[in-house]
Amino acid sequence: MIPVSYYLALSAILFTTGMFGVLIRRNALVVFMSIELMLNAANLSLVAFSRLYQTFHGQIFVFFIMAVAAAEVAVGLALIVTIFRSKQSIDLDQMNSLKG
Amino acid sequence: MTLELFLFFTLALIALVTAGGMVFSKSAVYAALNLVTNFLSVAILYLLLDAPFIALAQVTVYAGAIMVLFLFVIMLLGVETLRAEFDWKKIWLQAVLALALLVEGFVMLFQRMGQAANLPFNTASVLTNPSEMAKVLFTDYLLPFELTSILLLVAMIGAIVLTKQVKKRSL
Repeated sequence: MIPVSYYLALSAILFTTGMFGVLIRRNALVVFMSIELMLNAANLSLVAFSRLYQTFHGQIFVFFIMAVAAAEVAVGLALIVTIFRSKQSIDLDQMNSLKG
Repeated sequence: MTLELFLFFTLALIALVTAGGMVFSKSAVYAALNLVTNFLSVAILYLLLDAPFIALAQVTVYAGAIMVLFLFVIMLLGVETLRAEFDWKKIWLQAVLALALLVEGFVMLFQRMGQAANLPFNTASVLTNPSEMAKVLFTDYLLPFELTSILLLVAMIGAIVLTKQVKKRSL
């Protein structure tokens, strides 16, 4: 059988990749996708722990994370569409209207 | 090498390559397609972990609904306007930060978890039955489940209100 640490290592690498994407990309949509990747990496480790300790609580937590992610995507994409309408761009560097 | 280990490494490789492809792709559409492949490979990993319900929810919710929403917005805004390039020479600081996070994660994994990290999974799993999961979900987690429905309703109203065109009243 595969040790749980393999799954946790994969989850850590995926999470780091997502964070790297958030840091380097300036396209709001790709940044948003990177956030989804990070959520997904967290889900993977939760399911691995759920398998390790033989309880359903980890899987149920993943189920709730998926529901929250769906809500987040709906509102976030609506925000991106609204920002695009007012600025004609979704470049994050141009969203500096509140900068003093 | 057992079949399961081979499957794990193949899926992990696909997941890592597509994650990198998403971060570095110049086109938002390619980023979205890479992310779909990533979600599907992680869904098969969930199957390996005896979580069939979560695997299918991953396929329908993430790879299905969420990515379709992403692609829909990409098409709505226009692909050619989404090109925001990043400068290869200016990402060293971010690379150092990401590497620090990765090292920290691995240190936590192998130092703090200690023996538990190398624990092999129990071969006899009780998790494969989704109806058992439903029993826990609808007894211990009934209130969070109901609250989730309110959250989704609020998200739906929020999305509609945000994207509604405000018509200027002519006086």
